[in-house]
Amino acid sequence: MNSPILLQPDETFILNVGPQHPATHGVLRVKMEMHGEYIVNAETVIGYIHRMHEKMGELKTYPQFLMNLSRMDYLGALGYSHGHVLLVEKASGIVVPERAEYIRAIMVELNRIASHLFWFGAFVMDLGGFSPLMYALQDREHILDMLEAVTGSRLTYCYFRFGGLYNDVDDDFIAAARRFIPRMRKSMKKYHRLVTGNIIFRKRLEGIAPLSKEMCRKYGASSAVARGSGINFDVRKNEPYSVYPEFDFDVPVYHECDSLARYMVRMDEIEQSLRIVEQGLDKLPGGPIMPDKKPKLIKPPAGDYYQAVETARGSFGIRLVSDGGKNPYRLKLRSPTYSNMHLFDEACRGMMIMDALAFMGSLDLVIPEIDR
Amino acid sequence: MICEKLKLTLQTLFPEPTSAPLEAQSVGDDQDKKTITPPPPRPDGLLEREYSVHGYHLDAQIAPAQLLVAVSMLDDADFFIESITGVDWIKDNQLEVVYDFSRYDFDLCRVVIRTRVDRKSPVVPTITEIYPGANWHERETHDFFGIKFDGHPHLIPLLLPEDADFHPLLKDFKA
Repeated sequence: MNSPILLQPDETFILNVGPQHPATHGVLRVKMEMHGEYIVNAETVIGYIHRMHEKMGELKTYPQFLMNLSRMDYLGALGYSHGHVLLVEKASGIVVPERAEYIRAIMVELNRIASHLFWFGAFVMDLGGFSPLMYALQDREHILDMLEAVTGSRLTYCYFRFGGLYNDVDDDFIAAARRFIPRMRKSMKKYHRLVTGNIIFRKRLEGIAPLSKEMCRKYGASSAVARGSGINFDVRKNEPYSVYPEFDFDVPVYHECDSLARYMVRMDEIEQSLRIVEQGLDKLPGGPIMPDKKPKLIKPPAGDYYQAVETARGSFGIRLVSDGGKNPYRLKLRSPTYSNMHLFDEACRGMMIMDALAFMGSLDLVIPEIDR
Repeated sequence: MICEKLKLTLQTLFPEPTSAPLEAQSVGDDQDKKTITPPPPRPDGLLEREYSVHGYHLDAQIAPAQLLVAVSMLDDADFFIESITGVDWIKDNQLEVVYDFSRYDFDLCRVVIRTRVDRKSPVVPTITEIYPGANWHERETHDFFGIKFDGHPHLIPLLLPEDADFHPLLKDFKA
């Protein structure tokens, strides 16, 4: 028989959360030094599914690397591909037809909604509510079906090409997207009634894990983490790219700085994405989806190039150093959750462990995207 | 405009006027590729880049010793840290450390700070004292390039296995 371990009043113990733990949504490990229920210190250990995409970027030609981007963030893959194609198009001077850009924006926004829906379900499940996940997945399924019909895949899309798209949208897609918008708006009302007003839910998030503006800046946080702390920062507005200046949408900003603010930002973003999709469908111009003239071999001139885009998880940056060859000389992927997760160690000190797990959920982590 | 202001501040790092940009031969004109000799490494200095082509505004190449001063200037001007990475210029026998900074407000200004160190003994000072968020970025750069960040509190492998003694993004790395 083992005798129970007795701790001295001031003694701390080490608790390993992960690398295989449902609350971490992937292979993430947090080494926590605990004093009872309170976290004294935490060290996040990442890299369990590091695949070295950046080296692959150097070894592959530009088109060969297209499919790698969607393997980073499997929930909002199109945003990452968007950044990559925009960067290479900018560097090599390829002009994209307007129709292609509109379709890209529509697809990215639909993908963003799908990603937020999954986050919503998983987040509420972290807090102990199971059924919202099922509702959220049902709505998400509609988006995945739509995207599958056009792109050919459900998660790991390889839909964008340098200069345009792999496949044009058809009437079925447009009809399905138009049907989806009112459906999603109705669902949002349901989610707010079901979850947002729930007293247990609110008690677990309100005032928990406050992140100051200064801390966000020192760590380079973006997405709902920054916008929940009162920072009006959205790459689509701050550094407009693609056809986003053509759309009328708002950036939800909350000043409470707590986990609930981060939740509210993402919920409001779903509505804003719906507005973009709606306007995109209305404005969708005709014409080709690939340019007439496109270089056979993509060889951007020597130099440095940078492109930032707003993905479902925040500001994704991609830096290309070209030496004029057919492979990138260096390709750096700046993933948003990498920075968002980094501030966890500092922010969770002194927190109770259950609050820290709720906080972790509010960061919207996708581990393959941190580890790359 | 913050960009103009910052330009003047950063310019104080370089008492000598910056010489003309060296990337002139890059554009178009498919000349005989084999006859072109690669340009020599760029001298330290501040350059303004065309945002619509390169995606950033200011590009300062500094000596490693000036790094903390330059990063403090950005910190004082409320920039946030975007990323840190390296580039292996094996032909020049140098490693480059690249720091990206950007802003949260609508006064758009992207700044790149870069510094070059010798490939044999790559050491630069850490900026974790100024930006705690640099911690992981520096560990990652140490993983991939073997660049040592002097004064870093916890410079152990982050993404690579904990016993990794290789640096996969060096151009002479063989798996």
